[in-house]
Amino acid sequence: MYLVISLLVICLGAFSFLKWGFRVGVDFTGGSVIEYKFRDKILSDELTKVIESSEIKISSIQISEEGNYIVKFPPLNDEEKQKINTALTEKLKDGFEEMRFENVGPSVGPELVRKTVVALLASAGIILLWVAYQFKSVKFGLSAVLAMFHDSLVLLGAVAFLGHFFGAEVDFLFVTAMLTILSFSVHDTIVVYDRIRESQKKTGGEIIDLANSAVTQTMVRSLNNSFTIIFMLVALVLLGGSTVKWFAVALLIGTISGTYSSPFVAVPILVTWDELEKKMKRKQR
Amino acid sequence: MSPLKKIIVIFLLTFVCLYIDLPKIVPIKFSVGKLKVDKVVNRYDLDFNYWKFSIQKKFDLVLGLDLAGGSHLVFEADLSGISAEKQKTAIDGVRDVIERRVNLFGVSEPNVQTSSFGGKESIVVELPGVKDTKQAIDIIGKTARLEFVEIEGEGETTTFKPTNLTGADLKSAEVAFDRTSGKPSVSLQFTSDGATKFEELTGRNIKKALPILLDEQLISAPIVQEKISGGNAQISGNFSMEEAKNMAIELNAGALPVPVTLVEQRTVGATLGAESVEKSIKAGLVGLMVVLAFMILSYGKLGLIADIALVVFGIITLALYKLIPVTLTLPGIAGFLLSVGMAVDSNILIFERFKEEKLKRPYADALEVSFGRAWDSIRDANIATLVTAFILANPLDWNFLHTSGPVRGFAITLALGIGISLFTGIVVSRNLLRVFVKETKENNKI
Repeated sequence: MYLVISLLVICLGAFSFLKWGFRVGVDFTGGSVIEYKFRDKILSDELTKVIESSEIKISSIQISEEGNYIVKFPPLNDEEKQKINTALTEKLKDGFEEMRFENVGPSVGPELVRKTVVALLASAGIILLWVAYQFKSVKFGLSAVLAMFHDSLVLLGAVAFLGHFFGAEVDFLFVTAMLTILSFSVHDTIVVYDRIRESQKKTGGEIIDLANSAVTQTMVRSLNNSFTIIFMLVALVLLGGSTVKWFAVALLIGTISGTYSSPFVAVPILVTWDELEKKMKRKQR
Repeated sequence: MSPLKKIIVIFLLTFVCLYIDLPKIVPIKFSVGKLKVDKVVNRYDLDFNYWKFSIQKKFDLVLGLDLAGGSHLVFEADLSGISAEKQKTAIDGVRDVIERRVNLFGVSEPNVQTSSFGGKESIVVELPGVKDTKQAIDIIGKTARLEFVEIEGEGETTTFKPTNLTGADLKSAEVAFDRTSGKPSVSLQFTSDGATKFEELTGRNIKKALPILLDEQLISAPIVQEKISGGNAQISGNFSMEEAKNMAIELNAGALPVPVTLVEQRTVGATLGAESVEKSIKAGLVGLMVVLAFMILSYGKLGLIADIALVVFGIITLALYKLIPVTLTLPGIAGFLLSVGMAVDSNILIFERFKEEKLKRPYADALEVSFGRAWDSIRDANIATLVTAFILANPLDWNFLHTSGPVRGFAITLALGIGISLFTGIVVSRNLLRVFVKETKENNKI
């Protein structure tokens, strides 16, 4: 039942991804970002005109929460950067300030993707081994890692969706958020598993009953802990400024999904697996 | 040690940390009725001298480029012309040279490191507080390849013929003044090897020009008057004082063994950084207040104890950032804030457990049992988080993982946060609770 809900959310994410793709940041594609602060108000059309008078194409332009302009270009070389500055100085004199300049060559992206994949697989692998070792069963390890991938998929789908409607970007920070969520997801799952293990030792019984009571027993703790994290993240989303906004949003989505996935994804997988195993054994007899 | 004593030790520790946490100068300004206080308190750095021991430590927060403003530059080295076994030496050479050039720049705590991935070698340069990035890039990226060439052929069909004397044979270069014209020039001193080469070269070219090229640009073509031995020479040309000085700097800093190109640049102005700091602090405080209130609302007195532990957590963490020191970046702050949210987790686990155990056994016992039972979950769960933080922080500098930048800053603060939260969530709150339980028991007796 709950697996169906998860499947729906993931499908929605997959749909967003296939339909719109990711809005990928310059960290991956290569390109330049300049953030300007202007003393006097200027319209974005005006600014575009001024900058493009230097014969350099803008790829996108947006206003940050602080009222600064964030202008994106294909990778710029020194000369082109200079041209833009000249054009702006001519028109606005000293009424503008360059707050931030990022220029990423096209060769950086693939490196980043590969390192991220390595980091993802390494963490997943080690966590799988750790959980399997702690709970002396591959079942536990694998279902925890599956729940972890569930959260990653939810997050990826969400960022595709948010990217289309609100301009969220996949960048370096997003990657960090995703990796953190992996650990957070497992954090929660382990707490539930631990409860199952404890009552298994004490009373024994069918995994399905143990799992049900463990989920109920840990539910309040799971929720309360997530609440405290969510409070911090919401504060960061609302007050933290534009640089970390999407980072915090990604962590927020991941936290919610991570809280949900422990009782409603990891445990059902564990129980279903256990039952399948028993059926197989019975058939063999 | 009794719980009470432990608590006292913990609070003493916290006060020391609180002192370290203070900014350099604390203005105290308030007025109560007629009493007006307007004072500035200076926080002194540790400067401890006793006999042979001397401990000095500055208690200042180290801010990353995105908060303090500055440039993060990545140069890719072109190693195509270099054989595989010499590449490591070449790239280390590039790093050393760039490091020397950066140091000549006079920025505080620059950071130069190499990074290699997928057969590509690059140099990461971090320059905090640099305003003129363009000039910095120009100086860092210059090849500064000094060559002496011979002239071949005559009349209009002359070509430069490279010789074996290059910048590598150079020992030092400094600004001097030409004896005849009085104009600034650069005097060179060769290594003993270079001196021999130079002697041979000048001997071969008496009464001929011996052009000097810097980065394939002709800077001077002096006519050799006589065979020069001893290894001293002078480059004169039509230089301004500034030009001569820069040339000397470049030559001194050494030639880059291979050419480099700038592939990534991130520059953040100091204003934007300051804004980010201000916003993060605000967000952090608001979030913290909500968490504190939430804990009290959910767990009452127990929540209050968790809150005290949380505040202790914040104070110790900040002090550790200053002591280690951890370079704080924007994602690093986010990692810290996230760890604040997670820090109460161990308390929540214990308190929830306590609710169940309370029904089965007496108050104090239930508390001890809950701590014991919850510990397994807390340990297993936090190790999983630490593993991820470890991979992200990549402390062993493995090349197949992220080696720099925001990811690392985030992971380090997150890992530290988890570590300290284990201490405050368990040791601090447990002892607080023990003292608290004892008090209530005694009160109940009366």
